[in-house]
Amino acid sequence: MALSSDEASRFADLLKGHSDELTRRWTEIVASNFRGRLSHAELERQMGELQRGFQAAMDGGAGDLDADASGELRGLLSDLSTTRARQGFSANETAVSVYALKEALLGILDGSGEADATTLRDFVAYSAFVDRAALFTFDSYVRVREELISDQAEQLLELSTPVVKLWDGVVAVPLVGTLDSARAQVVMERLLQTLVDTSSPYAIIDITGVPAVDTQVAQHVLKTVVAARLMGAECIISGIRPQIAQTIVALGIEFGDIATKATLADALRHVIKLNSAQPKAR
Amino acid sequence: MSDRITVASDQDVVRVRQLVRTAAVAAKLSLVDQTKLVTAASELARNTLVYGGGGTVELISVDNGRRKGIRIVFADEGPGIADLDLALTDGYTTGGGLGLGLSGARRLVDEFDIDTKVGEGTSITVTKWCR
Repeated sequence: MALSSDEASRFADLLKGHSDELTRRWTEIVASNFRGRLSHAELERQMGELQRGFQAAMDGGAGDLDADASGELRGLLSDLSTTRARQGFSANETAVSVYALKEALLGILDGSGEADATTLRDFVAYSAFVDRAALFTFDSYVRVREELISDQAEQLLELSTPVVKLWDGVVAVPLVGTLDSARAQVVMERLLQTLVDTSSPYAIIDITGVPAVDTQVAQHVLKTVVAARLMGAECIISGIRPQIAQTIVALGIEFGDIATKATLADALRHVIKLNSAQPKAR
Repeated sequence: MSDRITVASDQDVVRVRQLVRTAAVAAKLSLVDQTKLVTAASELARNTLVYGGGGTVELISVDNGRRKGIRIVFADEGPGIADLDLALTDGYTTGGGLGLGLSGARRLVDEFDIDTKVGEGTSITVTKWCR
């Protein structure tokens, strides 16, 4: 249900004629919802901006939110959702910032003392417009949150798979958390690249931080070891705690001739011994 | 106490693992038994997802009068297992894994029951008792 041009112009007049009063009431309602988590001045500035956005849209004769004249208002609303989402406000609190306009409008219309059938009809029409604006805010909020989550998932992937140089010619990958296919892929790529970059002959894969070593984890680790061997590097698996060792035996996983150690320190000692036993090739 | 989780994605397998671990700690299973049960649950939940096309996992606290334990039921409505003996053979796989998930999980728990019908689905019940 779009606003007729008459309704839009009356809405514009209302917004214009009571701009200060409206912004003040609007800010008060929103502030009571936020309980001081945003400063009053900040809210007043935001609501003032939105109020001017609505006014500009109505001046331009926007019948609906997807009209051309509402372009600026849509921009303001999605800016608002982005800020709210990044500051950690809930979707509800974000939408309320817009819905509160209805209550503020009602307060103004009530106060004017000339409420009649037209006023009522107008108010319903304005409300419908504000509702659409709030829903739009809600949508943008969800979109921003989804972006945030996927960004964080990506960062987590990066964070959780560092390849570190432990010693001359020895690199280590401390695996932490769940090793699913996506992470296993990242680990393998990183490890192989680091082996080339540092021309290290040894790599230690530490699984101390992996809570459950099931066949999928084992398979990913085995594949990584085979790939490293193809490049001429030897892999040692460390961090096999007693409970993990027993589970691996019960499952029937075989690590074949791959060296495994209980701790990272044991693995490093093992590698250094191997290294000193061989005459230096240079 | 009983908990039911729908398994429809990799994240759900992680959730199953976390819930089983919490339940195993609460049931005072030893660290080795906790790890074994969590690993078995991880294998079976993944089977439910990969081969059963998703399903449900139900966690039940059991008590036979002498000992306490945890029972987990993995149910799917997938294609079922045609040759159960073959599926329980070490190293046999149709999905490119190590072929140790089902057979290994059986060795990790105290009781292992499998109920499968081709075209109707599979239900696996495992129990681990406190020692």
